[in-house]
Amino acid sequence: MFIRALASISPQHTFGADELPSEIVTYHTNRLACIEPDYKAWVDLKMIRRMSRIIKMGVAAASLCLKNAGLEVPDAIVTGSAYGCLEDTGIFLNRMIEFNEEMLNPTAFIQSTHNTVAAQIALSVKCYGYNNTFVHRGFSFESALMDGIMLLKDNDANNVLVGAADEITDISFAILRRFGIYREQEVSNLQLIGEPARGTIAGEGAAFFLLTKEGSPNDCATLDAIHCFYKPDGVEEITSEIDSFLRAQSLAAADMDLVINGQNGDLANDSIYKQLNTMMFAQTPVTQYKHLCGEYPTSSAFALWYATTLIKNGNTGFGAGIDTLSSKPRKILIYNHYKNIHHSLFLVSAC
Amino acid sequence: MNYSDPVVYVAGLGVISAIGNNVPETLAAFSNQQPGMGDITMLDTIHRTQLPVAEVKLNNHELAGLGGMQPTQPRTALLSMVAAREALSDAGISNIDQLRTGFISANTTGGMDLSENFFSEFRKDHKAGNLHDVINHECGTVTDLVADALGVHHYISTISTACSSSANAIFFGARLIRHNMLDLVIAGGTDALTKFTINGFNTLMILDKEFCKPFDENRKGLNLGEGAGYVVLVSEKLLKGLKKKPYATLSGYANTNDAYHQTASSPEGTGSWLAMTGALKRSGLSTGDIDYINLHGTGTQNNDVAEGTAIQRLFAPVFPYMSSTKSFTGHTLGASGSIEAVFSCLAIEHGIIYPNLRFSTQMKELSFMPETKYLSNQPVNHVMSNSFGFGGNCSSLIFSKAGI
Repeated sequence: MFIRALASISPQHTFGADELPSEIVTYHTNRLACIEPDYKAWVDLKMIRRMSRIIKMGVAAASLCLKNAGLEVPDAIVTGSAYGCLEDTGIFLNRMIEFNEEMLNPTAFIQSTHNTVAAQIALSVKCYGYNNTFVHRGFSFESALMDGIMLLKDNDANNVLVGAADEITDISFAILRRFGIYREQEVSNLQLIGEPARGTIAGEGAAFFLLTKEGSPNDCATLDAIHCFYKPDGVEEITSEIDSFLRAQSLAAADMDLVINGQNGDLANDSIYKQLNTMMFAQTPVTQYKHLCGEYPTSSAFALWYATTLIKNGNTGFGAGIDTLSSKPRKILIYNHYKNIHHSLFLVSAC
Repeated sequence: MNYSDPVVYVAGLGVISAIGNNVPETLAAFSNQQPGMGDITMLDTIHRTQLPVAEVKLNNHELAGLGGMQPTQPRTALLSMVAAREALSDAGISNIDQLRTGFISANTTGGMDLSENFFSEFRKDHKAGNLHDVINHECGTVTDLVADALGVHHYISTISTACSSSANAIFFGARLIRHNMLDLVIAGGTDALTKFTINGFNTLMILDKEFCKPFDENRKGLNLGEGAGYVVLVSEKLLKGLKKKPYATLSGYANTNDAYHQTASSPEGTGSWLAMTGALKRSGLSTGDIDYINLHGTGTQNNDVAEGTAIQRLFAPVFPYMSSTKSFTGHTLGASGSIEAVFSCLAIEHGIIYPNLRFSTQMKELSFMPETKYLSNQPVNHVMSNSFGFGGNCSSLIFSKAGI
């Protein structure tokens, strides 16, 4: 499938960026927040005040993606979100308990449903077509892509807007932190991966892609294949999954110009990647992305934005820091796992 | 569209709701015209005795025992396991390990029933609250828990599109089979009653204080319910190896968006009309072929007039039998699409038309009425099942007798 256009809101200066930004925004924290655009240009003014952050980020990223594609209304909208609309969920839950189930306002409840982002995009562009939302943790974005690809293969749609959005809130950060997911101390994102320890840094983001079956002169890249696997037994099984994924495309690890992996600076999480780096990918340039966007279940959507932008515009901006990478990478493999439960692979190529 | 596409069969059914813990109990409740609504007994809420709900009549320990799960897991997962296991055992498939098996489950509440407990402590002190109560909060975690208990690991996903969630899970599963990515999919959805949803719907002022009256001129809203429903979808190739007559094929499906309002349906039911039209087109059937419509029929002013108007536009002047089984089960939210898909397949299998309970006055906007009697020995070959939800998400499924 062709990636005609894309847009991302992340803790980096990605929104509206055609190329990779020249500088990595550095943080000294254990929680990265998105750099949000001025929403007035992207979201209905009447709605801005009412919408929570995740909805605004999703609608704005989707709107820019459509604009980049030169398209007003897509044939279908498919989104992924592991956590859904946490801010509104937290607001309603808090008030419900605080006021003992009385004097509640419906707005937060209405906007707490997981399909709100996809629904608000449909509403904003009057899209009556296929509309779906996947909420499966580290498979949320991947499932959305699979759904979109099947729609295109079946000729049920000529183009599909596929994206992911997840937000971190004070409440979710406080809870997830107690599970030991994040570093206890604040850390520089530039040192996150080079100085692994227990825990990672929290992140968030919204990224959208316009996929088409037919190519056009303006396409950014092709998404050749995606694959998910669940709770693999160990590195042998992971290696064999990656190997058969590439073989199905008549490729091998050595054919990759770059591997983008999901290392997040957590010792236990990264051990899988490190083993692969010395075995399967010993001869291939490997880079990471979670020091840019933080860890969250749909971060692979940021990785796909990163890979597509590298292929479209070459190895410039903060990509130029990647050792031994050619200036015009043509084949990139993304491999990410979420808590060693949900593993996913993406193959992105130059058109 | 290619009508010679691979056919996807329904080989197994499982359901739990306020009217029964399995398929036989459910069929008996229908024939006895016994609805499942009553007072709230499971949840500690100020709405007890004020608002009727349709509860599954088993507590978490009993549900866990029935499904072989832990009683400390979210009720949404406990309900899911009972129905998914029934569906798999009904299909007579024991070697799911050797097949490309998928579990596609929908829900809207995830582990909210337990998160509510956690929050009452946590909101006072962010170091308080039992973490076991939030570890399974996410919708996807509920699916993972049940997938692990069923032994499914090849393909797992979760859909959440409000009240159309599990209809979308069924047809996503069917498409994975049609694309030869899977041989077998356990597809459906689950949702437990929670204080969060009861209060949410209550603030929208769409809950009836009496038992709901779908498609009645004097309807006053919906009753919330809970439950889970799953179909086992199989490829033609796999079906041939089973000693099992399929219940039906999934012959048509469509997902559209009303693009009108976050919670309200457009008065003319644009999204509903598009969904029903799309499903018919996919199936290659015409309106006259549909023997029964299992209505979304929540009992709210807004849904029933929108859905009814769309049906009138599409079907007039000749209408098939129609009824809302939510008059028995209440509105089970993310589970309703798949619970009603199970009912649709059972209608075909047993030649039944379900009654729309408590209907007395025809809606002034509509030229048709739902069926109010339990009818058996009916020729039921094609059933349309509607599921429409918040966010404008509209889905229609069509099940057809196999071999027609």
